[in-house]
Amino acid sequence: MAKHIVGTVAEIPPGARKIVEIGGRTIGIFNVNGEFFAVRNTCPHQGGPLCAGAQTGLREAPVPGEYTYTRLGEILRCPWHGWEFDIRTGQSWWNPDQVRTRAYKVSVEEGPQADMPCGASGPQPGPYTAETYPVAVEQRFVVVEVP
Amino acid sequence: MLETPSVATVQPPAHPAEQPIAAAASRQRTAIIDCDIHNALPSEKTLHKYLSARWRRHLETVGMRGPYGSAYPRLYPNAARHDAWPPSGLPPGADLDFLRAQLLDGWQIDYGILNCLFGVGGQLNLEFGAALAQAMNDWQVAEWVEPEPRLRASLLVPYEDGELAAAEIDRMGSHPAFAQVLLIARTAQPLGARKYWKLYEAAARHNLPIGIHFGGGGGGPITGSGWPSFYIEDHGGMPQAFQAQIISLVYAGVFDHFPTLKFVLIEGGFAWLPPLMWRMDALWQTLGAEVPHLTQPPSSYIRKHFWLTTQPIEEPPQRAYFDQLLDHLNMNDRLMFATDYPHWDFDAPDRAIPPHLDHRLRRAIMADNAAVLYGLDIGDQEIGSAPENGSA
Amino acid sequence: MSDTANATRIQTTAQPAAQNVAILDGPLIDCDIHNELPNLDTLHPYLPAHWVDYVTHSAFAAPDVNDYPRGSPLSARADFIPVGEDEIGTRPGSSLRHIQEQVLDPWRVETGILNCTYWVQSVHDEYLAAALATALNTWQVEHWLEGDPRLRASIVVPSQNPMAAAAEIDRWGAHPGFVQVLLPVRAQALYGNRRYDPIFEAAARHELVIGIHAGGASGLPPSPVGWPATYIEEVAGIAQIFQSQVINLIAEGVFDRFPTLRVTLIESGFTWLPSLMWRIDKEWKGLRSDTPWVKRLPSAYMLDHLRITTQPLDAPTDPRQFAQIIQQLDSEELLLFATDYPHARFATPDAAFPVDLPHTLAHKIRYANAQAWYRL
Repeated sequence: MAKHIVGTVAEIPPGARKIVEIGGRTIGIFNVNGEFFAVRNTCPHQGGPLCAGAQTGLREAPVPGEYTYTRLGEILRCPWHGWEFDIRTGQSWWNPDQVRTRAYKVSVEEGPQADMPCGASGPQPGPYTAETYPVAVEQRFVVVEVP
Repeated sequence: MLETPSVATVQPPAHPAEQPIAAAASRQRTAIIDCDIHNALPSEKTLHKYLSARWRRHLETVGMRGPYGSAYPRLYPNAARHDAWPPSGLPPGADLDFLRAQLLDGWQIDYGILNCLFGVGGQLNLEFGAALAQAMNDWQVAEWVEPEPRLRASLLVPYEDGELAAAEIDRMGSHPAFAQVLLIARTAQPLGARKYWKLYEAAARHNLPIGIHFGGGGGGPITGSGWPSFYIEDHGGMPQAFQAQIISLVYAGVFDHFPTLKFVLIEGGFAWLPPLMWRMDALWQTLGAEVPHLTQPPSSYIRKHFWLTTQPIEEPPQRAYFDQLLDHLNMNDRLMFATDYPHWDFDAPDRAIPPHLDHRLRRAIMADNAAVLYGLDIGDQEIGSAPENGSA
Repeated sequence: MSDTANATRIQTTAQPAAQNVAILDGPLIDCDIHNELPNLDTLHPYLPAHWVDYVTHSAFAAPDVNDYPRGSPLSARADFIPVGEDEIGTRPGSSLRHIQEQVLDPWRVETGILNCTYWVQSVHDEYLAAALATALNTWQVEHWLEGDPRLRASIVVPSQNPMAAAAEIDRWGAHPGFVQVLLPVRAQALYGNRRYDPIFEAAARHELVIGIHAGGASGLPPSPVGWPATYIEEVAGIAQIFQSQVINLIAEGVFDRFPTLRVTLIESGFTWLPSLMWRIDKEWKGLRSDTPWVKRLPSAYMLDHLRITTQPLDAPTDPRQFAQIIQQLDSEELLLFATDYPHARFATPDAAFPVDLPHTLAHKIRYANAQAWYRL
């Protein structure tokens, strides 16, 4: 597993997403109410760009006609056939044991950390062109781990 | 002092999904004919220059009017893939450049058949429908087929009036831009009804297949027992309309009357067809005296006169069932691949057709069968080599 | 409950052909026998006097339905048409003696379920419809159920008025001879519509099966595309109406509202069911949130809550393909044997189900499935 920086926290405010390419894979990073999740941008059904789909809540009905709507923003619908996926786990909302898209562990880290070894196992710059910018000490980076 | 990593604007991925390009590069290229693409008007204003003053005014004041009360909200706006909205701001299917990039170039499509769903045939005002049909067909030639040689169009007609429809077929039926005549599945009467026969006569005269496409509402409930409540019933229930049309066309003797006529069933699926053939054949054994013009079992007519597009591809729970389906259907030379771009139930050219199929059958489905039907040249592909009865 | 447990998947490894048996090799439960009213006079003893006068003076002869034209070859096999001193000119299926002699005895039917397809639903006067239903059901008890202990019957109800239908179900629900409530597949609204809930509630409460039978006359065209021109088209198209009903029952959540409800599709055909299951399952995977009470694959609901009678077979001529379709049903419990007497579905008894099956499956289709489903 290698870590890749995909952007800053400020770039991906709550409700927003960012789609990036890392080593031949396309991955979408989502900020859901302050928590970050990353999902591979390929629907297990027919390969559609899953992360370009609508983000909704989970609509359920214990009894026909009586609706509950929870987990707002945590459900991703494939833009092709509408399959629903749990952004947190990558699980398809139906028959979760059978269909799953890869969910990648995402962490929010305070920049390169003193206790994190640099080099091959440390955070890797993502698809950025090397440029320098002033960065505030408080600024936090979003880092994605990818096999 | 900590080194600050650079932060730069991330380029969005070059392609909507990584799979097709990687897959295409690693795979031998197979010809693809997409038998169901939906071109759309940028807006009704586009039609103004193709309409007379009288009908332009009608469009602006009264507008399109069909039998109301039959609409079900669809999964996505315009029933389109969420990612098929062009950056130009035009509606899905209305931007030829974007369609070229996302579909024709993106998937390396050799030819595409346009089925424009602008509802001219469903217009209650038949003369208005005829005027719209003429305008739409002129627009399709000028702004779709002439600029893009990979595309062919379907001829829109006011199909609820046989004579007006025949007039439009006679006007434009010989134009090489048109691959077929287009009808929509839910018509006001079953398609075997005599009022449609002048249309069939004209299509036969011009040797044009007739496409019957998913959709529509003929003025009555969309099932034989009233109105459903939910979109899944409208969308998933379309096979019932296709079946009703096949029943009518065959038993009414349309093929006895017009023996060269060809129909393409578009976007209806096909797994329901073998059981329908069995049922129709059994009934013909018992009740055939009522339809003495039939000289063969209904299934023979069906296999002779119908083609089917593959989308939405059937997805049985076991792979063996798909193979059995093809065996029961026994129409390997009649199945034709389609994406249904830009609709949400899009079938991807690299994933939709089960991968285990025999490669000759795959090629027949992906291109050869359509090449034969529509007279399209796909180079040195072997034509007419669909294996009989079976897949792997 | 065994009848709503997960379906037993049909074993895919084929037994050697020699071990397969014919469906008819054993006692049968026949789930579709038509008892027909000879004519309206038969009901006069069971109708209040004012209705007898009304039907006489208005010349009301029967509901405005024509599912089986009298002379049509499908309506009755020639050898089922009653001929005899007291029965000349009466309808096929109207004689208990003939049903005993032509079906129950020769076919070794242990239990025969009667479906009296007298569609009171087509009578616009709901009060007349209700009166006819009660009269018919009384006649069924006295003339049929009390005439042969092998028979069971279906309650005829004025389903166009669901509250009145529920009252009729309550009238007969405790009678052990009635096992089912009969509805025509053609109605003014699909049966998942909530207006029908009183019927399902009463049926579930009395543990009666809902039988949806081919036919009926709702006033609506019997297809999505208008009125078919010929009778053969109309009959062929009946299967599509069943398909629409099945989709609607699931989509509207009837089985979520009434989790113990059992529905039999009668004279619908069954070879179309696999393709329907595949299609609606596929649709649901993307459209789930529109009908979120549908919490499982639609096909799971179908296999738990539906059974289908075996006539019409609508089978391929190739027995290998027929066996494949039966396997594609993915359930050994789905099919219920039926003769559909007196309709002309097969020329000889062995054509009633022309494929030999593994012993267990044959026994289920001919007997055990119906025994469990109807609690016989």
